[in-house]
Amino acid sequence: MNLPIYLDNNATTPMDPRVLDAMLPYFNSKFGNAASRNHPFGWVAEEAVDYAREQVAQLIGANEKEIIFTSGATESDNLAIKGVFEMYKEKGNHIITCTTEHKAVLDTCKHLEKLGAEVTYLPVKSDGLVDLELLANTITDKTILVAIMYGNNEIGVVQPVREIADLAHKHGALFFTDATQAVGKIPVDVIKDGIDLMAFSAHKMYGPKGVGGLYVRRKNPRVKVTAQMDGGGHERGMRSGTLNVPGIVGLGKACELCRLEMDEEAKRLSALRDKLESSLTVLEESYVNGNVNHRLPHVANISFKYVEGEGLMMAMKDLAVSSGSACTSASLEPSYVLKSLGLSDDLAHSSIRFGLGRFTTEEEVDFAVEQTKNAVNHLRNLSPLWEMFKEGIDLDKIEWAEH
Amino acid sequence: MAYSEKVIDHYTNPRNVGTLDKSSSKVGTGLVGAPECGDVMRLQIEVDENHVITDAKFKTFGCGSAIASSSLATEWLKGKNIDDAMKIDNMDIVEELALPPVKIHCSVLAEDAIKAAINDYRVKNGFEAIEAEKAHH
Repeated sequence: MNLPIYLDNNATTPMDPRVLDAMLPYFNSKFGNAASRNHPFGWVAEEAVDYAREQVAQLIGANEKEIIFTSGATESDNLAIKGVFEMYKEKGNHIITCTTEHKAVLDTCKHLEKLGAEVTYLPVKSDGLVDLELLANTITDKTILVAIMYGNNEIGVVQPVREIADLAHKHGALFFTDATQAVGKIPVDVIKDGIDLMAFSAHKMYGPKGVGGLYVRRKNPRVKVTAQMDGGGHERGMRSGTLNVPGIVGLGKACELCRLEMDEEAKRLSALRDKLESSLTVLEESYVNGNVNHRLPHVANISFKYVEGEGLMMAMKDLAVSSGSACTSASLEPSYVLKSLGLSDDLAHSSIRFGLGRFTTEEEVDFAVEQTKNAVNHLRNLSPLWEMFKEGIDLDKIEWAEH
Repeated sequence: MAYSEKVIDHYTNPRNVGTLDKSSSKVGTGLVGAPECGDVMRLQIEVDENHVITDAKFKTFGCGSAIASSSLATEWLKGKNIDDAMKIDNMDIVEELALPPVKIHCSVLAEDAIKAAINDYRVKNGFEAIEAEKAHH
C-alpha cells in the first residue's frame, strides 16, 4: 500500500491506464485536425471523434448527434444556462436552480441576473434533496429553465431528476442537470430521466482533465443553445474551437469503461463506503451529512463534532480528503452546501468528505478508518469544546466573542 | 498550502495541553473565538505572588496554525511576569511560526487569549483589567 492514500475522487480521479493508452496516438502520429476534411490526417482524427461521440452517447442513452464536446463541466454549465437564456428569452426570463449547486451553476445564474434574468435559488431539505412541492409552486409561465444537479459533489445526494424533469416539462420549461458527479458512477439515461441538457466531465470518471461535454436534446423537444464563443462553427455551431482530439478520445474511452464496469464498481464502492461510514460513526458525536438512501455510491461526508476540519486533516496526514471547513478556502466561510442543509457553522467546520474511487482498496479504507479515528481522538484531547461537552456545558448558552 | 516545520512540530507535539482549576484565584482563564468561526482557544495561566507565570495550559479547537499558535504562547508565557506577558505581540507569533497571511488571524486569537487570561487573573485579584491595544490583523 502506497501512502498517501487518495480519497478525494470527487475532486478529480486518476486516469485509468486504459484511457491513457487510447489517447496516446492522438498526441503524435494521429495529430490531425478533425475539421480538416481534405486529407487523411483530418479523416483519422474525425473518425476518432465520431467514435468517442458514440461511446459517450451510449453511456447516457443519447444519440451521438446530441453530444457537444467542451473543455469541461464548468464550460458546459455556462453554455447550457447562458445559451438557453439567450435562445429562449422571448419566452421568459425565469430560471430555477437550488442553493447546493456547484459554483459554475450558481455564479452563471448570478451573472444572468445582471442581464435581466430572474433566478430562484430553491432551498433544499435537511437531507439535501429538493422539495418537489416547493419547486412546483415556484414554476411560472415565465420559467424557461430548471437547473438542478444530478448528484451533489460534497455530500453525494442524488436528486429526484425524473420528477423534477416532469414538473419542468409540465410548465413548458427545459430541464438542465449538472451530472458531473453522477455520469459514469450510476445509471444516467437522458430519455428515462427526461433530461434536456446535461453537463459532464471526463476527469471525474477516470479520464483526462480539460475535456467534457454537454448533452443537448434534438427531439421532443429540439433544444438549442446560443453559442457562447464565436468562431469556426464546430459542434453544430454551438461550440466553436478546434476539437481536443486526444482529450475527446480519452473521454470516450472513459465513458465506455464506465458503461461496462459501472454496476460492479458501484456495488464494490458502496460496500467499502458503508464499511468506512459505519466504522467511523462509532465515534461519539459523529454525523453523516445528506440523505443516505438517495446518493452516489462512493462518497461519505461526515462531521466530527468539536474538532475543526482543517486541523483534523492535518492529523490525517496520509489521507488525501477534503473538508467543508472554512480554513480550506480563502473565504473563511464554511461550506455553503452543508449550511444549506441547515447544519450549524460549527458542524460544517467539522466535516470531512471521503471520496472513494476505482482504485481504492479495502486495505486503504481500513487504514483510513484507523488514521481518522486516531486523528479525531487526538484533536478532541486538544479541544476545549470537547471538554465542555463532556462536562455537560451547553455550548449554545456561552456568549462567544466572535471575531 | 504547506505548513512550516515549526507549525507541524507544535501541532504534532503540542506543549502544555490541559486544564487548570479555573476557580483558583491564582489562575487566569482566557476563552476566545467562536465555534461558528472555526476557532476557539482556551488559555490558562497560573501566577505566583510575584506576578510571575508559573504554569500555562491550553486547549484549542481550530486549524493546525491555531493549535500551534496557542501551544507556542504557553511556552512563551511560562516564567514571564504578567506585565511582560501582556507585551507579547501577535506578529512575534507570526514570525516564529512563519504563518502565511491567511493564518494571521490565528496569531491574533492567541494574543487575545493571552490578554484575556491575564485580565481574568487581574480582575480576580482586585486589579483593573488592562485595555488591550488592538492586535495587528
